[in-house]
Amino acid sequence: MRRFLLSALAICLLTALAPAAAPGESPAVGEAIWRTENVEAGPKETGIPEFFVPPPPFSEGIFPCSDCHADQETNPERRVLEDMHEDIKIINHNEEERWCLDCHNPDDRDFLRLASGRLVSFEESYYLCGQCHGTIFRDWKAGIHGRRTGEWNGVKTYRLCVHCHNPHQPRFQPIAPLPPPVKPKDIK
Amino acid sequence: MNKKVKETLRGKKVSRRSLLKGTALAVAAAALPSAGAEAAVWDAFFQKHFQELNDRDLDRIITRLEKEYADRYGKHIDVTANKPLPGVLFGYGLDIARCIGCRRCVYACVEENNQSRDPQIHWITVLRFKKGDKWISDLENADKYYNPAKVPEPGYFYMPTQCQQCENPPCVKACPTQATWSEDDGIVVVDYNWCIGCRYCMAACPYGARHFNWTRPGLPTEEINTQTHYLGNRPRYSGVVEKCTFCIQRTRKEPGQYPACVEICPVGARKFGNLLDPDSEIRYCIENKRVFRLKEEVNTQPKFFYFFAT
Repeated sequence: MRRFLLSALAICLLTALAPAAAPGESPAVGEAIWRTENVEAGPKETGIPEFFVPPPPFSEGIFPCSDCHADQETNPERRVLEDMHEDIKIINHNEEERWCLDCHNPDDRDFLRLASGRLVSFEESYYLCGQCHGTIFRDWKAGIHGRRTGEWNGVKTYRLCVHCHNPHQPRFQPIAPLPPPVKPKDIK
Repeated sequence: MNKKVKETLRGKKVSRRSLLKGTALAVAAAALPSAGAEAAVWDAFFQKHFQELNDRDLDRIITRLEKEYADRYGKHIDVTANKPLPGVLFGYGLDIARCIGCRRCVYACVEENNQSRDPQIHWITVLRFKKGDKWISDLENADKYYNPAKVPEPGYFYMPTQCQQCENPPCVKACPTQATWSEDDGIVVVDYNWCIGCRYCMAACPYGARHFNWTRPGLPTEEINTQTHYLGNRPRYSGVVEKCTFCIQRTRKEPGQYPACVEICPVGARKFGNLLDPDSEIRYCIENKRVFRLKEEVNTQPKFFYFFAT
């Protein structure tokens, strides 16, 4: 029984990994690619939701990155940024072991880069997060992790990981609660 | 009138039985709409039980209610009466590991479902527990009035409660007029035109999920949600009980929206779907997560599942 389970697991893993490992052609940025029917030519992974995801929440004027980075030489040295992007701090996201070019593609900044070398657009950043957060990625695909709006039996709107989690400081930030109910003794 | 009765009593011998009969008749007559009353009043008075209504009766009642609401609130309120969808049994999931206790759901529900603002009625109550303290066996002593500057607070966790839409609902058994019942899609509903306000159902509910309109609901006209359902968020009367209906006016459609509390939740802790659909989100929760139901020991069999996601 255990052997059967193990082999089933291995097959599942292989099928899940196979398309991710194949070098897919990255879709052009700017095209609406957050709907499966438009991603025919792009990379395929089983279970990616078929529903709309709003565009990534870029800070204003920051994208496309190539506007500035296309003419710049890549400095591969790990360092504290001083001239630009100095507001970006990595907090609570394994800051000791991580810096910009672990996720941002050094050769074309309009893309993110997976550990496998595959480039993904910012609209598909869930592939990047899913590399480490596999269980969360699985729940997100099933509709369990993350906020969902729309129709319970129809078209739903999903959100990218980065709509709720700042990728550089991913912990959900505390918010002010709405007022508590009126206590019985305060009812006039 | 009083004087006359007394005289009669003094002058003639009236048997105890005929006196009681006469009094009963007089009281019954006084309870009837007066002769000059409009047809609508008679119609409301003799309205049949909701489950015995045919489509024509229902249309007439809805027209009457829409007119009544237009007179009261000065605007058109759309009353629907969509029937349960075939093959659907609604279920709800709430991820306690995610909830941050921000009460966005409480107020989204109030706005969607036309609850009274003053006096205040909330269908959702968010409970706060100290980590490590007694909690699931001590719900009645939980803190629902917490009010810090920011949530979540370190050392605490939160558990929203609302109607658990029981498969074996004690409130339905307690109702003496059958004004509340379980629909085919699993939603426990109240007919505000049949509720007599005895509040037996509130005493019977182990979850504190039913709420009473002590006065006519304080509902500002400009804040009314005009998309309503007869068994759900249509404006209520004074002296009737109300409760969560899984947003029957939103969900009982093809396609139907998520309930308002599901959509507003900023951390996505709330899940909703069809328990009979093996591919639904709620089925995924039940089959893959650690799930429990509140007060299982009282055998109410809620369709509201609390779970802990990874």
